[in-house]
Amino acid sequence: MRRRTRALALGTALAALLPLAACSAESGPPVLTWFINPDDGGQAEIAKRCTDQSGGAYSIEVSILPRDAASQREQLARRLAASDSSIDIMSLDPPFIPELSEPGFLAPIPDDVAAKVSQNVVAGALAGATWNGKLVTVPFWANTQLLWYRKSVAQAAGIDPAAGPVTWQQIMDAAKSQDKFLSVQGAKAESLTVWINALIEGAGGQILENPQAPADELKLGLDTPAGKAAADIIGTIGRENIAGPSLPTEDEGVSLTVFQGDKGSFMVNWPFVWSATNASVEQGTLPQSLVDDFGWALYPQTDAAQPSAPPYGGINLGIGAFSKHTDLAFDAAQCIVTPENQAYYFVANGNPPSNTESYNDPAVHKAFPMADVIRQSLEQAAPRPQTPYYNEVSTGLQETWHPPSSVNPDTTPQRSTDFITAVLHGEALL
Amino acid sequence: MTAQTAPIAKDVAKEPKTKVVLSDRTKAERRLGWWLAGPAFVVMLAVTVYPILQAFFDSLYRYRLTAPDDKAFIGLNNYVVVLTDPVFWQALGVTLFITVVTVLVEVVLGFILALLMHRAIKSLRGVLRTVILVPYGIITVVSAFAWFYMFDITSGFVNSWFDWVPGISQDLNWFAHQGTSLFVIMASEIWKTTPFISLLLLAGLAQVPGELDEAAEVDGATWGQRLRRVTLPNMKAAIMVAVLFRALDAFRIFDNVFIMTNGANGTTVLSLLAYRTSIGRLEIGLGSAISVLLFLCVIGICFIAIKLFKVDLAGARGES
Repeated sequence: MRRRTRALALGTALAALLPLAACSAESGPPVLTWFINPDDGGQAEIAKRCTDQSGGAYSIEVSILPRDAASQREQLARRLAASDSSIDIMSLDPPFIPELSEPGFLAPIPDDVAAKVSQNVVAGALAGATWNGKLVTVPFWANTQLLWYRKSVAQAAGIDPAAGPVTWQQIMDAAKSQDKFLSVQGAKAESLTVWINALIEGAGGQILENPQAPADELKLGLDTPAGKAAADIIGTIGRENIAGPSLPTEDEGVSLTVFQGDKGSFMVNWPFVWSATNASVEQGTLPQSLVDDFGWALYPQTDAAQPSAPPYGGINLGIGAFSKHTDLAFDAAQCIVTPENQAYYFVANGNPPSNTESYNDPAVHKAFPMADVIRQSLEQAAPRPQTPYYNEVSTGLQETWHPPSSVNPDTTPQRSTDFITAVLHGEALL
Repeated sequence: MTAQTAPIAKDVAKEPKTKVVLSDRTKAERRLGWWLAGPAFVVMLAVTVYPILQAFFDSLYRYRLTAPDDKAFIGLNNYVVVLTDPVFWQALGVTLFITVVTVLVEVVLGFILALLMHRAIKSLRGVLRTVILVPYGIITVVSAFAWFYMFDITSGFVNSWFDWVPGISQDLNWFAHQGTSLFVIMASEIWKTTPFISLLLLAGLAQVPGELDEAAEVDGATWGQRLRRVTLPNMKAAIMVAVLFRALDAFRIFDNVFIMTNGANGTTVLSLLAYRTSIGRLEIGLGSAISVLLFLCVIGICFIAIKLFKVDLAGARGES
């Protein structure tokens, strides 16, 4: 029996050690792991192209993060807090960059690389990649929301968004007069914060007046005329049922479904809606006439007296501070963000480039006839507040501005300010 | 082997004070026992006791994962924040509500299913048991998504199938109100775990001696009387164990709420609150305090069940 035990122990030890031996025996160029947000395969293709172009210096392997931005942040923050050396490159949603940069989770960008990757980058994307006056991530693609409309509905309602900017009040009235639904994102999710921020910035306000301050000194700009104007628009759309019954659970995907349906009228959404709808037409699930009825314009104005501040999103590339190959990772990041790759990514997956040069590519204009509007929108776009406490601010807003029908300009901004302040001071749960 | 050692063990139990000289064989068997159970015991300690102690330790600190340098000892302050916050009490209320309703409905449904399986023709019994177990075999996240899409206002079919029911129409957004959200969450929970309860109860039913039932029938007891006076009293242990296990499980509900509403419209439960604080906000200290409180609640339920209702865990397995 004892002999058998020993044999078993030896077997177990071998079984545990053999895979390790296999690892160390592996040869070839260093493998860089790129943590990507899920897409239609564009980032994997770019990884392949850059691996080929590196001439054997490195090979990039992609690892897919969860679907929604909040879960992506959770996973990356946990791994980085544990000094995970397997994170070489990561696709980051801009609002979460300060939180990861502040504790030193992102490798500092060498000046020559910073100078190179900031060339010809739209203003919004550059601002989103910066924290405390320093470029901390490499701008990759930049997203913005447009106003999408059904030409037939707009015409019937007597407005023409293509001719010049329209206000929220105008599209609300138009949808109501035609007995159609407005497509906006009222679900209790990040998309609600995106909407609130765009409305407040559009009225000349800001969610945070001093975003760089420490948690207990942050000042909120919600209980202001701009905050009240935003609350008025959201509350009215909720209470008067202008967006239909799905509003409290409506995210970007649901918005598109409503917009494509019989009740579709006006929608604020990211450009993916264009490629997604065209793909559905190709598959035969939607008619071509629907795409022909699509119109697009700049994001609606909160206040007719000033230009709108469209939402800014997208993805920047962060280099893990604990990576074993930061130099190679910076080389790879520079390869990933070349204008050619950005143009390819836009055409293939519908994610707009942050580099203005990419917009000169004829393929881009063929696939996205609204490319110039997107570029203008990006120049005009306002990022969400850049603070290491973004998650608290955003979740606090979602907690107090949801459901949209409950939003009241006289009480919601004040209640929201008190609540978020208490959370930031560590006196309340979220 | 065991037949030979059993008498020795009995002797030891009878005369605990006299020192018994153990034979080599008994010693070897005891050692083997430790070798067999030891690793599992160590693993148990490592994966349960260690994290529990670590959570308690962390709960005494102000500790944010993305600001490791600001970590500071603050005593029981996190508990004060949690216990004085209405968000916690509301989450506790919702959790208790879900626990009580789902366990009650599951026990009733599970008992009916168990009776059906018990009485079903022998040839059908195996098939029936398998069919009933299917929902329990489905991963909770998957079933949560299935129920979510079923009731979803844009992609679901429930609204168009059941629009003849008063209160249900094409425009009903199930996940926009507290009542309707909780209804779907609990329905999904009940659908998924009733099989578990029914199997536990089936085992209890099988233990009820057939003679008792027959004797009662001969004495002229009706079906209802036999159920109330004979079957149920004999199954008490099995029922209480089923209720205890399910209550502990239901109290820790997470997946369904996370997928369907993510806590919107007042559907936040304790586990979700702990998750949102520790994982979402990365506030390890505050989140650990909620987890510790959740753990104490679970211990409380066990204590109430075992001490007050006198659940005999061994009895249900027929060991008493």
